[in-house]
Amino acid sequence: MVPRTLRRGTPRTGVDWFLTFLRVSALTVVALGLLAFIAQEIDSDNPFARWANPDATGLTGEQFWGLVVSGVSQGAMYGLIALGYSMVYGVLGFINFAHGEVFMVGAMTGMITSNKLADAGMWESNFIGSLVLIVVVSVIVCSLTAVIMERVAYRPLRGQPRLIPLITSIGVSFFIQNASIVLLGPAAKAYPDVPDWVKTKHTFLQIEGSRILVILVAAASMICLWYVVERTKSGRAMRAVAEDSEIAALMGIDVNRTIVKVFALGGAMAGMAGILWGILFRSVIHSTGFLPGIKAFSAAVVGGIGHLGGAMTGGLTIGVAESVGPLVILEPLGVSGVSQLRDAVAFAVLIGVLLLRPSGIFGERLPAEDRT
Amino acid sequence: MTDTASPLVPGEAKALLAPPRPALSHDWRRIVRIGSIAALGQAFIALSNMPVRLDERLIVKPVLSLGYLVLLFLPLAVGYRQGHQTVREGVPVFRPGLNEVVGGFSCGLIAGGGLAVLAVLLANFDLREPLVNWSPILLDLLAFGNQAWFAAVIWLAIGAGMGTVGGVLRLLGPTSRRAVVTMAIAVAGAAVLESLVVDLAEGMGLEALTDRLYDRRGGVNWNSALGLAGVCGILAVAGRGRLRQARSRHAELQGAKRTQANAGLMALAAATLIVLPLFAGKLTNELLANVGLFVLLALGLNVVVGLAGILDLGYVAFFAVGSYSTAVLTAATSPRIAPEMPWLVALIVVVIITGLAGLFIGAPVIRMRGDYLAIVTLGFGEIIRLLFLSDWLSGWFGGSQGITMIPAADIFGLTEVSGTDPRRVFYLVLVFCALAIYVSWRLERSRMGRAWMAVREDETVAEAMGINTVNVKLLAFVVGAVLGSFSGAIFAAKVGSVFPASFLILVSIVILVVVIFGGMGNIVGVIAGAAVLIGVLGGPKQPGLLIEFSEFKLLIYGALLIWMMLARPEGLMPSVRRTRELHQQEMAQDAWLRGEVDDDGGGNRPAGPPVATQS
Repeated sequence: MVPRTLRRGTPRTGVDWFLTFLRVSALTVVALGLLAFIAQEIDSDNPFARWANPDATGLTGEQFWGLVVSGVSQGAMYGLIALGYSMVYGVLGFINFAHGEVFMVGAMTGMITSNKLADAGMWESNFIGSLVLIVVVSVIVCSLTAVIMERVAYRPLRGQPRLIPLITSIGVSFFIQNASIVLLGPAAKAYPDVPDWVKTKHTFLQIEGSRILVILVAAASMICLWYVVERTKSGRAMRAVAEDSEIAALMGIDVNRTIVKVFALGGAMAGMAGILWGILFRSVIHSTGFLPGIKAFSAAVVGGIGHLGGAMTGGLTIGVAESVGPLVILEPLGVSGVSQLRDAVAFAVLIGVLLLRPSGIFGERLPAEDRT
Repeated sequence: MTDTASPLVPGEAKALLAPPRPALSHDWRRIVRIGSIAALGQAFIALSNMPVRLDERLIVKPVLSLGYLVLLFLPLAVGYRQGHQTVREGVPVFRPGLNEVVGGFSCGLIAGGGLAVLAVLLANFDLREPLVNWSPILLDLLAFGNQAWFAAVIWLAIGAGMGTVGGVLRLLGPTSRRAVVTMAIAVAGAAVLESLVVDLAEGMGLEALTDRLYDRRGGVNWNSALGLAGVCGILAVAGRGRLRQARSRHAELQGAKRTQANAGLMALAAATLIVLPLFAGKLTNELLANVGLFVLLALGLNVVVGLAGILDLGYVAFFAVGSYSTAVLTAATSPRIAPEMPWLVALIVVVIITGLAGLFIGAPVIRMRGDYLAIVTLGFGEIIRLLFLSDWLSGWFGGSQGITMIPAADIFGLTEVSGTDPRRVFYLVLVFCALAIYVSWRLERSRMGRAWMAVREDETVAEAMGINTVNVKLLAFVVGAVLGSFSGAIFAAKVGSVFPASFLILVSIVILVVVIFGGMGNIVGVIAGAAVLIGVLGGPKQPGLLIEFSEFKLLIYGALLIWMMLARPEGLMPSVRRTRELHQQEMAQDAWLRGEVDDDGGGNRPAGPPVATQS
């Protein structure tokens, strides 16, 4: 007979019962909301839908499509940031909490550069060219930021208990945010105006140009990253260090350099995401990095931390869930003012995934010492 | 006692002293590196607007303002730092000499160069667009009202001068160095504590003294600064090592005598805290009350982070739940239900509610890996705030309007405690702090406390020893939550209104910095940390003694957190056990070097480090 403790899924203690209750009720809420939404979409006078929320208006097909598209484009951005979390976690086994601030630095750099370009007149005359330019600048600045961060704050702590670098990274995040306040001022800062084709909805699938741009750029960077990690020599070194850094060192891989490269690559992706944020929202403030950072971490966990494809999938999941979830699940259940609960939904997805499947969609890839 | 006197500095063995190095034999690349980091730091400080903002706060009347002090500190620090030699067993340590002075001079010169370059750039370029503080005012301050070239020259000179002073500090013997440091701390402390001291002196009728000490427009008088420094210097030399002796004597005490000594010290501290507010004015009492609230929060977080080792980043959630439930239960204006309970009755309900909230938040997260747990609790902290803010629950909690007109806390009909009389708030906070201290002190020494520490040190081993880790950790979570709710309840009565904006994640982080700064797991350390940080710099929204710093305090908290983790993860006043955990390897190595290896144990098992005898 299998000992009781080894049988999975059978509740043992009060906590287990409570967790089972939480899992079931979370699934029930989601299912009820979805059912009510579907019922309402089929027939707006459906008694079930009326019972759940008498004032629900439902969504038109166009609205729903809009929500999905905005979710996908934001999710692509989260995915890009999540890559940084995921790669660092894969190699060093700790959460670089300050990674969201690297993203903010990217958005800020983009703001400064694009405003300078707009002053010089290049922004209007050659939009694509200046876009490439600000991406290059921001990628370089963000990689540098991430590398300096690693050198100053994380390298001296290598081998310490896992929570020590995590607390340090909270300090780094706090420091960068407030450095941005004291150096650049506490007010929100705007990107220069973009050409019309970026702002307006295109006949093609009814998507704004900016969102197409974001999805395309995210896909392109993802492919580049995939190529670097899977097809180049340093990518192989990264995977080897992630697999087992000691053995990798014995095989003649310079572990420190590889870790620096991982940070640089993650920083570059965050810089790219920062520019995408700038194009989507055209405004940036010192706290810009906080929420997207946390959501991107959630995305990395949802996809399975340490897994590149997982980070992107998780990003899209979180993006779509937070944009569609409030209106599709909460609104039909009679929750009012649902758009305020976007962020709460994103966190709820994280908590839900950790409750239901802690290793994420694709399963996690952890450094050797964390695999138990 | 010779070995146990300094258990916190592993590797401090008697080193061989070699003759001083020649003056110019330096690792110049290291000097340039340290100097350039300091130069960048100087430029950052200047551009952060700190000097301009702090210029009005005078430290020593005509000569030194806080603004210039922040610019002087870094060259001095690197000048001192570059002379540092790592003490290794068997490797000679060079006697400090001209070498250190030259090194300090060069480091300081490069550090000053940062400001010199900045001044020249300020005069010739306009980077106002991204950098908000790129202004002629800054140039004016750097150049003392003269031209840019003057600023360049003078800051090179000042940097080199301060660096040299830092190098010279290396030459001093331990006694004179202690005297110098004491003098500097005394003057700086007197200046920082100015408003507090003046206020207390007024209450006690000692204005004559403070009028002598401080200038009318703020800052310590030049003459009295000299006098104060002199007195403190003499005291430091005369009382050489007395403090350390007293402390080690105290540590040596055993059993009943130790308890007696502790009780005496505590009675003294309590008496001071009870008497002090009587002489203090409103502002000082307000400050004391704020510090007390944060002490209470920090003590609660200390149980969770310090004792059980659970990194809870959403601790503010319990503060928020405590505040909001107090508001709902006591305020007549509460939107949905308004039972208008008396504060003390409400407190009992609040404790139950927060305890349940602790269970509810704790149960799903308690099984997670430590770092996942941190982020998920952070998520919970944010969710709670978003829920209080949302329209959905605004029928209950008032949304962004919050709940206002919360009545004063009524204590058995004896007094009413509200924000209008901060002295009463402080006494109320004091009572709850005493309760929290007692609870955490008893818990730490109980079976449960030992279980927490076992879980903190190694969860797998703890489980193997028969500890139900889930229940134990959950209990820590709930105890922390309840302690946090006390603070929340007092906060609601004190401020008289609750808004979602008072419960940002920021608050969690500040409390975490306080706990880590003071020393995780050590009650006295946590209290001292809260008193120093919240008292001097201020809380997330509450001003401290250095009101001018309020723009920069979060920046400083961030830097402090990084620095503490890098340099002294066990905090300023560490708990002995925690230090042993963090420095296990180094201590084992020292023991091995001293030849205290247990030969029967297979060779590589070191004998217990000397601190074992201390606790």
